[in-house]
Amino acid sequence: MSFITRGFSGRNRERDPRLPPGQTKVEDWPVLSAGPTPKIDTADWSFTVTTETGAQTHWSWDELRALGIEDITTDIHCVTHWSKLEMPWRGVPIDKILAGIPTKAKYVMAHSYGGYTTNVPLDELLNGQAWVAFEAEGAPLDPEHGGPARLLVPHLYFWKSAKWVNGLTLMDGNDPGFWEQAGYNLHGDPWKEERYW
Amino acid sequence: MNHVDGNALAGQLSDLFAFDLTTAVGRCINCGTSGMLGAAMVYQAAPGTVARCPHCGAVLATIVESDDRIWLSLAGLTAIEVPKPA
Amino acid sequence: MSAPPAEPVEPPAAARTAWRVGTVVEARPETSSARRLVIDVPDWPGNDAGQHLDVRLTAPDGYQAQRSYSIASSGSGTRIELAVDQLPDGEVSPFLVEDVMVGDKLELHGPLGGYFIWMPQADTHDPRPVQLIAGGSGVVPFLAMVRAHAEAADPTPFRLLYAVRQPDDVFYRQELTQLAANGLQLDFVYSRTAPRDWPVPAGRITKDALAGFAIPASEKPRVFICGSTGFVELVAGWLIELGHAAGDIRTERFGGK
Repeated sequence: MSFITRGFSGRNRERDPRLPPGQTKVEDWPVLSAGPTPKIDTADWSFTVTTETGAQTHWSWDELRALGIEDITTDIHCVTHWSKLEMPWRGVPIDKILAGIPTKAKYVMAHSYGGYTTNVPLDELLNGQAWVAFEAEGAPLDPEHGGPARLLVPHLYFWKSAKWVNGLTLMDGNDPGFWEQAGYNLHGDPWKEERYW
Repeated sequence: MNHVDGNALAGQLSDLFAFDLTTAVGRCINCGTSGMLGAAMVYQAAPGTVARCPHCGAVLATIVESDDRIWLSLAGLTAIEVPKPA
Repeated sequence: MSAPPAEPVEPPAAARTAWRVGTVVEARPETSSARRLVIDVPDWPGNDAGQHLDVRLTAPDGYQAQRSYSIASSGSGTRIELAVDQLPDGEVSPFLVEDVMVGDKLELHGPLGGYFIWMPQADTHDPRPVQLIAGGSGVVPFLAMVRAHAEAADPTPFRLLYAVRQPDDVFYRQELTQLAANGLQLDFVYSRTAPRDWPVPAGRITKDALAGFAIPASEKPRVFICGSTGFVELVAGWLIELGHAAGDIRTERFGGK
């Protein structure tokens, strides 16, 4: 790429040693979406875990939150090269949701209102690595940021933190979700820059 | 989230096809509606471009780009129709 | 035995659409937030009225930003015209409106898009009238269309409804007024501030105003709407309610509310 536009330097892009490769720190919170924003009332909201044998467990909004909400402060990294550092969140750990659900499955497909899907290895949702999150930056999640609840898996690229999440399906194989089918990496580790196929 | 129109696809796809995809006629695999891709609802503020059926909202096509590769799916279209070059 | 002379062949779309480098030859303010740019592109293949192009900016460290802009000119010739409105937190438009200087080179990808174009009746044999509806800077592709219409002395009835916030936001006022004196039916709707002695108070466009200013559905016009997503959806919805067929309406929305 040899053409350089005279006088153009782009937005002020901060570098920070806490950033994974290819990422730029931002202070705002960009909204990215593959489709229209679902509008779900918490009175109609439910969360379902389906095992590899088809057994289902359901929680209402209040029932899921009653499992125990905790505070999290974490960095998030979007594959489109922006990162937010030290973001405060509140949510229910996936450990609490999956506790007591017997499974031999190794992988999980997260499902969302509106049809979005994304796949994650089961062991990367456990041991304090993932939550169903309701609040970010001190306020309930806006619909455009995935409210009323989204998956939060901050150690992977943020397309894995499915907005408008409404369930997890345990599966034996690592089936690709929406973006994984479209060209993005099955795993998505920002520290290894696992962005694409 | 706001979408733009299918003619916004013209730039990304012009390098891949010898014809203008936005005037190609396609049929949605979900609802069967057919129309020009220029009429699709296109979401560009995403990790990739997503074109949706203006009738039922199902995904017609996705385009993901890295520095050196493009991934294109037209899986939401049963087929596309283009006039033959004269 | 010599072969007959070859017929001139229209190059396929792929050969026409390409990345090219153009030189800015004119840059002048259009409104307080917009600028008109004339760019000389030596190998420009010509473009249809309503097509757009992508402008790509590259910083010294390799960072790139790219945005689409409608072309205000059409036809053959190597000079193309853009009218760029500066978005408050834009990445490319502030550069084009405030920083670009005459003599600068820009990378351009185009011409793009066959969906949102108008071609003269001599080519399409379509006698139906044409209704153009512009929201703000959405008027730019229509500039190309009304200019092409005038240049071809095309008999198609053309009507332009142009919605802006205030009189100073109007693009190409002089040229549009001239075209209006020569057959273009031109109507303005002012949403925030109207000119003095304007017959109606300023206000957002309404379905009734649209019905009053647009060619009626009974005449089956081809309709083009260009503007922000909110504007386009509002107007398109009303037109359907007023009896226009969805297939007769083509929209170009550029995001935003």
